[in-house]
Amino acid sequence: MRRPADFQARGPGRTTYLDGVRAAAPIGVAALAFGVSFGVLARAAGMGRVAPVVMSVTTFAGSAQFAAASILGAGGGLVTAIVAAVLLNLRYGPIGLSAATTLKGPWWRRALTSQLIVDESWAIAQREDGRLDRHLLVGAGLLLLVCWTTGTAIGTFAGDLVADPESLGLDAAFPALFLALLWPQVRERSRLLAAIGGAAIALALMPFTGPGIPIVVASLACLVGARKQP
Amino acid sequence: MSAVWVSVVVVGLATIAIKAAGPLLLARRTPPPRAQAALEHLAPALLAALVVTQALGGDNGGFTVDARLAGLAAAAAALVLRAPLLGVITAAAVTAALVRLVG
Repeated sequence: MRRPADFQARGPGRTTYLDGVRAAAPIGVAALAFGVSFGVLARAAGMGRVAPVVMSVTTFAGSAQFAAASILGAGGGLVTAIVAAVLLNLRYGPIGLSAATTLKGPWWRRALTSQLIVDESWAIAQREDGRLDRHLLVGAGLLLLVCWTTGTAIGTFAGDLVADPESLGLDAAFPALFLALLWPQVRERSRLLAAIGGAAIALALMPFTGPGIPIVVASLACLVGARKQP
Repeated sequence: MSAVWVSVVVVGLATIAIKAAGPLLLARRTPPPRAQAALEHLAPALLAALVVTQALGGDNGGFTVDARLAGLAAAAAALVLRAPLLGVITAAAVTAALVRLVG
């Protein structure tokens, strides 16, 4: 498996969709296993077999789906479930903004491509200059969508065929992925400051706000970049 | 429509709109240089926040310190040793799994 830095060494615009698929393969394994977990949880929460699969294709965001299914299953109410899930997905506002100048074509094509943005595909598509690689984003996003949806279908239709992903340590794969993709970016001082600011804001807010809000507010740390004169 | 389907449709439509908002609103508009510079610093800020929330976040908010933190330390060590992405992720997962096995 090549590092994202290896793609960057070839320069922007030289990657292919297949490079994105390859780069996302290791985290795709974790997405598949957690997809099964989500399917099992959603089925137990009374969501049936089809609705969780439809949700994995349309919402395509793990933490929000787990939250919605858990709340519905615990009898927490429809509005609570919807609000919790939408709050968790608000981070895709700033994440989408950071991808905006990368996506090309007519409005419907940009809207469609933006649906392949999840934390992991967006992270894999990072270039060292702070922009995104569209080929890596689409390739990684498609693989993750297939893994996540297939996992969900296995979970709802066949049950718990896969071992508990947490006992395999797969939940630790996600922060490791984000750290690995942050690593080459923070060589530059202003990006290091943005990273420290983002982490500090998230840490400070986590005890006080519901899940989802800390990441949204942490995006304000990008303003350290505006101080730097181009 | 049952509560389950209402939640699937509403959460789905809201998420689709949130993801598409940035790419549609910034359409064909080149932001001024300082805004562009800020946009290019969104990635490190958000990635760092994702590391923190994914490694330490509890199910219902707040902090939970568990095997994920040991996995993150292993990932950092692998990065210092210049391991490829697959090696970093594997180091984190194997370490977290071993900590859970022992703990």
